[in-house]
Amino acid sequence: MADDNRLISVQGLKVYFRSGHACARAVDGVSFEVRKKETVCIVGESGCGKTVSALSILGLVTTPPGEIIDGRIVFAGQNLLELSEKEMQKIRGNHIAMVFQEPLTSLNPVFTIGDQISEAVRIHKKIGAESLREKCIRLLKDVGIPAPEQRLEDYPHQLSGGQRQRVMIAMALACDPDLIIADEPTTALDVTVQAQILELFGAIQKKQSMSILYITHDLGVVAAIADRVYVMYAGMIAEQGNTEQIFRNARHPYTQGLLASLPSLSKRGKRLYSIPGSVPNPAYKPAGCPFHPRCPHKAPSCSTEYPKMCDYGQGHLARCPILFQDKGHHT
Amino acid sequence: MLSFIGRSFVQKIITLFFVSIVSFLIIHLAPGKPSQVDPMNPKFTPEVVERFRKEFHLDKPLYVQYVYFYQDLFTGKTVSWKDNQSVLKKIWERFLNSLPLFIVGTLLTWTLSFPVGIRSAIFRKGIFDRTATFLSYLLISIPGFFFAYVLIIFVVTRFHVPVIGMVTFGIGDASIPYILMDRIWHMLLPSVLVATGGIAVLSRYVRSQMLEVEGQDYIRTARAKGLPPEQVHYKHALRNALLPFVTMFGLILPGLIGGSVIIESIFSWPGMGRMAYEAILARDYPIILTVNFVSAVLVLAGTFISDLLYLIVDPRIRL
Amino acid sequence: MNLNETTVTKDFHLEEPLAPKQTRLEEFWLLFGQNRLAIMGLLIFILFFCCAIAGLFLTSGSKPIFDPSLIRLEEKLRPPFSKPNLDLLEPNQVPTLNFYLMGTDDLGRDVFARMLQGAWVSLTVGFVAVGISVLIGIFMGGIAGYFGQHYIKIDHILWTLFLVSGTGLVLLDVTLSGAALLLLCLAYIVYVVLTRHRSRKKAHSSWRAMLHTNAVSVDTLIMRIVDIMLCFPSFFLILTVVAILPASIYNIMIVIGLTSWMGTTRFVRAEFLSLREQDFVAAAKALGIGNFRIIFRHMMPNAVAPVLVSATIGIASAILTEAGLSFLGFGVPPPNATWGNILSGGKNFIFDAPWLTFIPGITILIVVLSFNLFGEGLRDALNPKLRERH
Ligand SMILES: Nc1ncnc2c1ncn2[C@@H]1O[C@H](COP(=O)(O)OP(=O)(O)OP(=O)(O)O)[C@@H](O)[C@H]1O
Ligand SMILES: [Mg+2]
Repeated sequence: MADDNRLISVQGLKVYFRSGHACARAVDGVSFEVRKKETVCIVGESGCGKTVSALSILGLVTTPPGEIIDGRIVFAGQNLLELSEKEMQKIRGNHIAMVFQEPLTSLNPVFTIGDQISEAVRIHKKIGAESLREKCIRLLKDVGIPAPEQRLEDYPHQLSGGQRQRVMIAMALACDPDLIIADEPTTALDVTVQAQILELFGAIQKKQSMSILYITHDLGVVAAIADRVYVMYAGMIAEQGNTEQIFRNARHPYTQGLLASLPSLSKRGKRLYSIPGSVPNPAYKPAGCPFHPRCPHKAPSCSTEYPKMCDYGQGHLARCPILFQDKGHHT
Repeated sequence: MLSFIGRSFVQKIITLFFVSIVSFLIIHLAPGKPSQVDPMNPKFTPEVVERFRKEFHLDKPLYVQYVYFYQDLFTGKTVSWKDNQSVLKKIWERFLNSLPLFIVGTLLTWTLSFPVGIRSAIFRKGIFDRTATFLSYLLISIPGFFFAYVLIIFVVTRFHVPVIGMVTFGIGDASIPYILMDRIWHMLLPSVLVATGGIAVLSRYVRSQMLEVEGQDYIRTARAKGLPPEQVHYKHALRNALLPFVTMFGLILPGLIGGSVIIESIFSWPGMGRMAYEAILARDYPIILTVNFVSAVLVLAGTFISDLLYLIVDPRIRL
Repeated sequence: MNLNETTVTKDFHLEEPLAPKQTRLEEFWLLFGQNRLAIMGLLIFILFFCCAIAGLFLTSGSKPIFDPSLIRLEEKLRPPFSKPNLDLLEPNQVPTLNFYLMGTDDLGRDVFARMLQGAWVSLTVGFVAVGISVLIGIFMGGIAGYFGQHYIKIDHILWTLFLVSGTGLVLLDVTLSGAALLLLCLAYIVYVVLTRHRSRKKAHSSWRAMLHTNAVSVDTLIMRIVDIMLCFPSFFLILTVVAILPASIYNIMIVIGLTSWMGTTRFVRAEFLSLREQDFVAAAKALGIGNFRIIFRHMMPNAVAPVLVSATIGIASAILTEAGLSFLGFGVPPPNATWGNILSGGKNFIFDAPWLTFIPGITILIVVLSFNLFGEGLRDALNPKLRERH
């Protein structure tokens, strides 16, 4: 791995939520990295800990009940988890920005769009009022909002869902961050808007050469935009690799299941595959491999031993020793 | 917008009409006739009672009495049965006495409960929050009259100042600052007492409102932008949390009348509450009914004002 | 990579779900147990309950163990824990405990006995008043929430009016016209019931159609009634009514109950409105389960939690209201003691005999506080989602 090319790397992150006597292990030893100018996708079912991982990068996990137990998040040579709140404020919005899952509720209803976009710039950059306004207009234009001059004075409720998500993206872009974390930015929107937003991300990246960490549960989106992919299951990374490797050569039963459950033309008329069972409750995960109750390749050792990461070469790793041995790889 | 105001206004008028009927019925259908106020009283000879009944239309059917009563009320001719004085004038005098208590009490309530509630919400589960929470339960639970006596004992034994009444009796020709201080001392306890319950309830409400807002997604957005905590709390959260309180400005209007009956009678404060209490004791129905009617008007006007304020304040509501 | 159809049909042996088998009650206790203040509230509440029951038995009857109304003029205003002066007392005047646990009042009556008697009054006032208001609240709120979309037709209004005014007239000794109105009304009801199934098929004639036009929806009607009730300044209204009615503790209970049901109505309605839209109610309806079964088996249990919480807090405020009323001298007629009138009797001696003010005052404070804390604890435990907020 070319170290100098690395923008952010998360190592062994563990985030637990305590509620009363139960402890939900939402993120349980996750490691991933994003290189410069790269689009990385994290895919996984609802509740597997994607949002929590992203929030921990920005230090935004609500601290009671949540707690970052372990891990390092290295960004620009420093461990973000050790920074003070003040130092984190300089990073948030400025170097790392985030677009949230729910565009409908993520904008403050009592401030105008213009206020909310310019706020981040005002905090992080020294900039005059006139150029600030110009910058806001340009940002809105960049994200494809028509008549941006008028929109500045609008309140969020006057915008459609897609437009609000564009405003969120404009807010994230406002300080030209190095990394944008987009947490399922299109889930709440309809399909055509989804396509437009995806296109927008592509265009932004080409123009501004920033890295994007794109969180989604939609493999179709992954295929469209990702350079590299992390597949997450119940708080762990099940498999990682570039898009080609994941889609053509999946090595983890969960990834295989996900791919098999994708509808496609060639499967017309046949019954769609669905992974049996359901995602475990993060507070009561099974011992051993969290996927084993649903796994078609389950071996006795699966229910006792936590699976090791198995290296298939060229950055393709999967957390399933059983399939690894089947294929004749040996460590 | 105009149609909303119109509709709301008509609705309030209709409600008021029913309130007037109901309060009239409550008073007049209850056992015990006003003319039998005190059968032992030698003043009430049968002839006097008869004249009395005639004079106040008590010999007419109920609905005629109703019409007469509200006709008199609206033309300002209603008089008290006890001393034949105009009810509206009496109420106005007493109202002016109650007003300072109400104003000081309201100011205390609103200026104290906001800082307390906001601080509790921001430092949730901390020492301050726990103390404030317990104290507010204590203040909600303490009977007002008992608290009044505790305070009276405390102030009288500690500062040796008289606290009963509006002014010290026979203070006539003292110097102006002395009279002023005397006034303030007399006003302090009753207004603190009027405010205690309000502070407890309102600060809890501010806290829960604030916590609710702090849990919203847009607060996370604000933090993700890198805003410092003060801006997140006092700009983004507070602005939203304040919305419902703007409307409560309308709802403090009815406080002008209700609530202070006990406190005013403990402190011999000649205000509205005490007048109402005395009227009830004397079965002075015109006063009771008028006070009731005025307070219903205040409640309705209050809700009307809060609806309007909400329209103005919340950008999401545009009619 | 042989993930084909065969894997789909393969029999999976899914392990037992690992979520703990916790009933709602157990979870409730767990949450409730963590709230120390609420537990304290519950304990005090139980203690108060026992005292009140004991108070009822110990202070009533012809020869009560603690006599709250026994007057000993020689022994007035004795402080707590003081020994009686046995020389001055006749044998039957000696207090049961041989000393005055809480002192005596200005007539030499044993305050402890009076407090015991007052406990029962407070308890019954709290529970009966809240019982009444909760019953009315659930009834009105339930109807507004569940049948709210139904409309009241003009003829309904007309015959209710006839019925009411007929009854009123009969009560006011205008028997003849009153009875006539009642008969008319009954005849109309009978007519409607008889022609009910036929009238469905037939087209209405115009005047009948007018009678059947919708006037207001049930929901609007009930909420307007709530609005009207909220217009009265409640303590003032209670005071007025209690002053007019003959002095009796039952009148106080009823009046407090009748003037405090609006809150319950509002949130039972809100709860029902939201439950109505939920799938399990739709499913129950689709299965052809009757309205009342749906209400009582499926919806009530869900609405019970908020009602319980507000009832607990309602008891606290009912106790406070009663104390306020007896402080002002309304309600229970004199020889009987309530906490409020012990305090009001003691107010003339606040400097000489402060215990007459402090004992009942602090007792009321503690009991009301325990109800409030218990209620808040219930709210938190019954509604874990809200825990983070309150
Ligand atoms: N504030 C919180 N309190 C308690 N548990 C939480 C909290 N936030 C997240 N969790 C737990 O963490 C787990 C992971 O949540 P997360 O939001 O990361 O899922 P996700 O992968 O983003 O799902 P989705 O696709 O639905 O957004 C959840 O199962 C939840 O139980
Ligand atoms: Mg998420």
